[in-house]
Amino acid sequence: MDNPTALKLFLDEVGDISRFAGKFLTQWFKPRYEIAEFVRQCFVIGYQSLPLVGLTGFIMGLVLTLQLRPSMVDYGVESQLPAIVGIAIVREIGPVITALIFAGKIGSSIGAELGSMKVTEQIDAMEVSGTNPFKYLVVSRVMAAICMLPILAVLSDAISLYGAYLGVNIKGATSFRLFWMLVIDNLAFNDVLPAFIKTFFFGFAVGIIGCYKGYNSKKGTEGVGHSANSAVVISSVVIFIIDLLAVQITDFLGFN
Amino acid sequence: MSQEMVLNISHLYKSFGNNHVLTDFNLSVYKGENVVVLGKSGSGKSVLIKCIIGLLKPDEGTIKVFDELIGDIDDVALDRVRARVGFLFQSNALYDSMTVRENLEFPLRRHWIAVTQEEVNTMVMEALEDVGLVHTVDMMPVELSGGMRKRIALARTLILKPEIILYDEPTTGLDSITGSEIIHLMIDINKKYNTSSLIISHDMNCVRRASDRVVVLYNGICYASGTYSELIHHQDPNVKQFFEQDYK
Repeated sequence: MDNPTALKLFLDEVGDISRFAGKFLTQWFKPRYEIAEFVRQCFVIGYQSLPLVGLTGFIMGLVLTLQLRPSMVDYGVESQLPAIVGIAIVREIGPVITALIFAGKIGSSIGAELGSMKVTEQIDAMEVSGTNPFKYLVVSRVMAAICMLPILAVLSDAISLYGAYLGVNIKGATSFRLFWMLVIDNLAFNDVLPAFIKTFFFGFAVGIIGCYKGYNSKKGTEGVGHSANSAVVISSVVIFIIDLLAVQITDFLGFN
Repeated sequence: MSQEMVLNISHLYKSFGNNHVLTDFNLSVYKGENVVVLGKSGSGKSVLIKCIIGLLKPDEGTIKVFDELIGDIDDVALDRVRARVGFLFQSNALYDSMTVRENLEFPLRRHWIAVTQEEVNTMVMEALEDVGLVHTVDMMPVELSGGMRKRIALARTLILKPEIILYDEPTTGLDSITGSEIIHLMIDINKKYNTSSLIISHDMNCVRRASDRVVVLYNGICYASGTYSELIHHQDPNVKQFFEQDYK
């Protein structure tokens, strides 16, 4: 921070996002439940993200394997390549890369959609029509993000491992059965559970930041672009911060 | 015109920081009456109707709609009042992701109005007939022209059969012919359903044709009030400036 104004703006933003998140936490369990909108958002946020998440996951697994192979060969542990790749994907790379892709696709989409609705008075129209726009627009989207990201991360992990299998076999020969046996045998409960749990927090962060930026969009169409952009940037940074905290917490709890 | 008061605004104050938009504003609207609030851009006209419908909270003063004090009532009661008050937004505020039919169905479903799907369909078609756009029922808002979007927004406002309609600059952004058609439609609708209306505008064609009474909003207060023909001969320069073009 170069000057107190920038620091003040940063702290203001943190405070506003925290208040927004607090409002979500106090509203999500209260009726009226927007089930239909939640289901629609699950489809948009989850199902429609699957091709992108799957493709990036597959490439990630393939590239990671190809990059690791020379070092593994140097150390003479090439046979352990599936195990190392499996642990890396499931524990860290799979959830984080999926969350970053998710932030890029869904965070920006939510920020732009709500921003556009804000500047064209659609949110006001919703309120006049007897709808709590916070519950209809924000709660449904954040809940969908929380529910869908863990599922996408699990699917991405699985697809990544298929990519890794291809990578292993590009310069070697490992049977499908042996590959999966090496992966599964070297994965423990402590590897899977913390990685899975943190994806719920990633989903919450992407959803709440995208909604906050869109819901508070200003300055017309320029503001909509800014909302979409800053939703992705802030979500991505927050994902890394959550990841860092998750590692410290799981370490403290003895999961590592 | 009966003298049943449907809207009463008393000593209304609203500021944004140091910008004092409304300062002791007073206004009453009676059943069946069409009141136009005339003022320059940025004079607080839109702020006024957003306070009436509860989208903005006044700093001071009271707003009474059908004997309900907006601001003192809970969300459920406010929704009941909103179901009786239509609001035509300046930007139309049609939901981009919904078809025309879904746009019109939305307020019906959200206000917990107990109707069957068949009744919903009838009400949607009736509202579209009122604005002459039945054929657009399955179109998306993006496929419609500016005038058509305004008409659909009006149909959405009408679907709940409101007793008061608040129009926020209904002819802004439209060419003069389309603007005239919208004014004609507003007058027809007000006659057909005997609604009261509060029209925010600085379009003198709209003021002349749609108003039973004109209120000039100047410096945050109700500066002058009267019929169009009374105000057009007003000698106060702050009133005269709005009518000069018409007077010549």
